[in-house]
Amino acid sequence: MKYTLPVLALLVALLFAASLLIGPAGLGLGESLHALITGQGGPVVLVMQEIRLPRAILGLLAGAAFGLAGAAMQGYLRNPLAEPGLIGVSSAAALGAVLSLQTGLAAAFALALPLSALAGAGLSVLLILLLAGPRGGALALILAGIAISALAAALTSLALNLSSNPFAAMEIVYWMMGSLADRSMTHVWLAAPFIALGLAALLSIGRGLDALTLGEDAAQSMGINMARLRWTLILGTAAAIGASVAVAGAVGFVGLVVPHILRPLVAARPSHLLPAAALGGAAMLLAADIATRLIAPDQDLKLGVLTAIVGAPFFLHLIWRMRRVEA
Amino acid sequence: MRRGALTALALGVALPAAAEPPARVVSMNLCTDQIALMLAAPGQLISVSRLAVDPLSSSMAAEAAAYPPNRGQAEQIFLMKPDLVLASTYSSISSVALLRDLGVTVVQVEPVNALSQVEAQILTIGQALGRETQAEALAAEFREGLKGLTWQGELATAAMYYPNGYTSGAGSLADDVLRTAGFHNIGAELGLTGGGTLPLERLVMAQPDVIVTSTPYPGGSRSEELLNHPALAELRQEAGLATTTDADWVCGTPHILRALRSMRDAREALE
Repeated sequence: MKYTLPVLALLVALLFAASLLIGPAGLGLGESLHALITGQGGPVVLVMQEIRLPRAILGLLAGAAFGLAGAAMQGYLRNPLAEPGLIGVSSAAALGAVLSLQTGLAAAFALALPLSALAGAGLSVLLILLLAGPRGGALALILAGIAISALAAALTSLALNLSSNPFAAMEIVYWMMGSLADRSMTHVWLAAPFIALGLAALLSIGRGLDALTLGEDAAQSMGINMARLRWTLILGTAAAIGASVAVAGAVGFVGLVVPHILRPLVAARPSHLLPAAALGGAAMLLAADIATRLIAPDQDLKLGVLTAIVGAPFFLHLIWRMRRVEA
Repeated sequence: MRRGALTALALGVALPAAAEPPARVVSMNLCTDQIALMLAAPGQLISVSRLAVDPLSSSMAAEAAAYPPNRGQAEQIFLMKPDLVLASTYSSISSVALLRDLGVTVVQVEPVNALSQVEAQILTIGQALGRETQAEALAAEFREGLKGLTWQGELATAAMYYPNGYTSGAGSLADDVLRTAGFHNIGAELGLTGGGTLPLERLVMAQPDVIVTSTPYPGGSRSEELLNHPALAELRQEAGLATTTDADWVCGTPHILRALRSMRDAREALE
């Protein structure tokens, strides 16, 4: 469908605006827009420019990262269950972020936070590709993912429990479930360059993934450099997911649900699915973040709670369908 | 004679404690630690909770350092062979129940939620320790100290803002300190009772005259990172004053007067 991308872009724009306009302070529509654009209007300016704007930008970027990374991994592994959260990439990124915070590295050098999350994410993608093999059999992939997730989550909890800071242990939920509450422009500047690089890298492999649908040999004979494709995927995923998790925590299931819904609309062509999944992911995360503010404005409900409630049934549905295909 | 015995029965367990002061006392709560440190006879207190030596939580960290710390668990405390254990009603229910099953006398006190409850707390612990005279003297000293610190003029606004956006609402000790020192508490005005989270944007919109934040702990945490948020930094600049809480704010002990005095100074500085 040729309208898929414009419709998704419009949806993202609407949700971005809604994210700016909805919040516990209950500001008027005109007053908040005026403050955001002109910078005039006292405390409203502070709320719009320093609290809501970074939150909306991070929702957009992290959502795009999760959606696109899911679609790209599914295309490369030719397996609809590959998703950064399910196969442990997000948990490994969270581990990297937590280690940089707890060792004091992030306090000494701000970029250490996204960089070490990136390293965690990159290592886990490498490990997954190694364990699940180039063909990415469903069972091997999911089992390797479960093991990596469990290990990374356990080490994250360990690091937070051993922290000298009494609040750190309370943050285990945040790193596992993710939240965009009270992020600032500092976080946007830290994460946005890496996410943008990662998104660009992942969008560039669309043609290669198209060729790969015919099988590896066919793709190679069509002039696709498989090693290069694999490294672009690994580094792109690491940058996009690493930086997103470093500032928003590990939000699961976006990369599973979004490509699954959009695949029929783009005739299952990876090169068309990638940009659609990026937009769809942004829309889903922005919507989930708006929902957390509507459902419990004063409670900081975690983002991953909502995405998992929507996403886990999808996951079960996919497993059910695959079981029938394999049987 | 018979009548006396009946009275003793009616008084129950309190009588033997009053007759003979406990010789080995263990405190397992930060707040009972500090009152016991002020009241106990030399050698009577044999252990305090491990929080008592943390200068960020305890006003008497230096004094407490002389005592072996306990982690509030029944096994460790039982092995200290205490005659009396001081605990809070918020102490671990299972540890307290286990100690009582093992025949240890445990006195639990309610947490103090208002300045008016401090004296009673001191007297309760003094009675349990058999140090009534010292307790009455300390309570009288507190009463005198409190007298001079109540603000009579117009109220300004203040907000408590802790990690994770936590704030103190109505019915909390911090709320009472703010009110006595001459402030409306924003947390209470926004409808919070006890404690709860205050979203940063609502704090920004409320524009308090004074913002009271906590002293950060070592080691990083996302919860405390909120206290470095640029919006909060700007709000602090716009506010007349920004102060920080410390160990003196934690417990309803005579040290709360130091917290009250610092807020009173802040209120006077706004005039």
